[in-house]
Amino acid sequence: MIAYIIRRLLIAIPVLFGISLIAFFMVRLVPGDTVTAMLGNSYTPEQAEALRAQYGLDEPIITQYILWLTNVLQGDFGFSHFTNTPVLEAILLRLPVTIELALLSVVIAVILAIPLGTIAALKRNSKFDYGASLFGMLGISIPNFWLGTLMILFFSLWAGWFPSGGFVGLYESVWGNLQSMILPAIALGTAVGAVAMRMTRSSMLEVTNQDYIKMARAKGVSSRRLITKHALKNALVPVVTVLGIQTGYLLGGSVVVEQIFGLPGVGQLALQAITNRDYALLQGTILFIASAFVIVNLIVDIIYGFLNPQIRY
Amino acid sequence: MADNILEVRDLKTHFHTNDGVVKAVDGVDLHVEKGEILAIVGESGCGKSVTSQSIMRLIGAKSSEKVSGEILYHGEDLLSKTEKEMRQIRGKDMSMVFQDPMTSLNPAYKVGTQIAEMPIIHEKKDKKSSWKRAIDMLTKVGIPSPEKRASQYPHQFSGGMRQRGVVAMSLACDPDLIIADEPTTALDVTIQAQVLDLLRKLRDDTGTAIMMITHDLGVVAELCDRVAVMYAGKIVEEGTVADIFDNPQHPYTQGLIHSLPKPGSRERLKPIEGQPPNLHNLPEGCRFQDRCPFVMDVCREKQPELVPADKQDHQAACWLMGEEENDGDGRTGESEEPEKTF
Repeated sequence: MIAYIIRRLLIAIPVLFGISLIAFFMVRLVPGDTVTAMLGNSYTPEQAEALRAQYGLDEPIITQYILWLTNVLQGDFGFSHFTNTPVLEAILLRLPVTIELALLSVVIAVILAIPLGTIAALKRNSKFDYGASLFGMLGISIPNFWLGTLMILFFSLWAGWFPSGGFVGLYESVWGNLQSMILPAIALGTAVGAVAMRMTRSSMLEVTNQDYIKMARAKGVSSRRLITKHALKNALVPVVTVLGIQTGYLLGGSVVVEQIFGLPGVGQLALQAITNRDYALLQGTILFIASAFVIVNLIVDIIYGFLNPQIRY
Repeated sequence: MADNILEVRDLKTHFHTNDGVVKAVDGVDLHVEKGEILAIVGESGCGKSVTSQSIMRLIGAKSSEKVSGEILYHGEDLLSKTEKEMRQIRGKDMSMVFQDPMTSLNPAYKVGTQIAEMPIIHEKKDKKSSWKRAIDMLTKVGIPSPEKRASQYPHQFSGGMRQRGVVAMSLACDPDLIIADEPTTALDVTIQAQVLDLLRKLRDDTGTAIMMITHDLGVVAELCDRVAVMYAGKIVEEGTVADIFDNPQHPYTQGLIHSLPKPGSRERLKPIEGQPPNLHNLPEGCRFQDRCPFVMDVCREKQPELVPADKQDHQAACWLMGEEENDGDGRTGESEEPEKTF
């Protein structure tokens, strides 16, 4: 197992290298650069040149890349000139918010998806099943920013139960933190939950038709045990895949939802980095999101091993 | 009759589908005596498996499935039991071995865990003693190094070993009756022989009766005591293995026996012409009429019931039975009557 994890991490190196290349050059395809973004509309070419020289942007692009990569390998992700902090610090500052939001969304998704999907599969073609399908369709097709906006309208502005935006740190107030997180987490979690619910339903339908389920019934296993012990563990493999991919996205920061709810997460940071052409920050953020994906995938693969003993590393 | 573990009377299992009612099992009578091996033989789709699953009440829970008749287990009608009562019977008193050992073990759990589940749910045993029971059972079915094997997963077992594992599971609570639904069909021939030997040995050692569902007459001859031949949802002939093989009474049974190759014989095999009837749309009268070489008018009008043939315990459902006494009653002048050779 440990050898497998190490091997997987080694495989991640070329992946991340590729991403660093893409990130670095893609960022530079955007019209304008850090300097023009910083100086605004009125500046002389001399000022711009001076600033470029100061940030090392006048070097040939390959040199810039090699320089950046060498620094990254040494743990130095560069300096964000706009936020005036080192990139790593800027990301690490935002990270807890994004991780909390991602985890909360996944928890909401799981709480919705697994019971709903399971019951829908067991009561196939019943009213419950149709209701769950409706939820699945709505959850997938409703954009989360629209749902988020609606929720702000209903629960914050009209009912006044939650703040309409802004973030309260976990250490300041647990309750306040939860209040500021719950709406965005629901907005994100319903979509993830809808995808995972549909997956749970179809996977459960497939598993309950398997011979080993018939065999378990012939053994005299109760229906509850049949579902929770015999069926669910097998049915969860594809659901974990879906949840894993979605968690990867969520860890990358849910740019729009973070923006709507005013949460200072990684997504918001990436958005700022793009508008400001903050190259170092943007590269760092992309690299971080890619690493998050790689790690989440690794975790998913490890969970597979627990669910399905046929998968051995 | 006191020695009958199981008596099935007029069992009907009908499936209500969009295309009409499928009469998969339509009036089956059979009994299993203590410690015997009863074979239920018939071609695919004749209702063998549905019969066995109806007996276990694995069929009948859905509104589209209608099971009627009587299933007397030690004199108690299983059809009047609640699902909860059935659960206590399943696995403990009656257990089942399915056709495909590759799919009948749960891939997510250790083989030992799956066997140990039986004493845990039925005898409320603790995990440790149940695990020990699982190892004992694996030993009993002849799996080498059972301690090691118990903690392996099904995919680490070969096909024959898995089927032994399933048999071990079905035996774990010492049932009176094992229903084996084509337990050797998915296995290759040498492994088949091993599993059959195992079943016979277990019956001899434990006195467990076995209801063996098969389409393989070789298996029947090898293993079983009595045979019930099924055709299109009904039992058409019932008797001892010797009766059925040496003196088959029903034209369908005769056809089955004739379609077996005989060692050393250069005779061409005689298949039964035609196809079994559509279970959606069964003909009036005998279900074998369209394939029967001896068909008479009465066969197209009335369904024959099982009646004693040459002996009291050798029964067949055919209008040819008792013909001698009836002296051709119901017979028509339809062409010429083929010579009866039995």
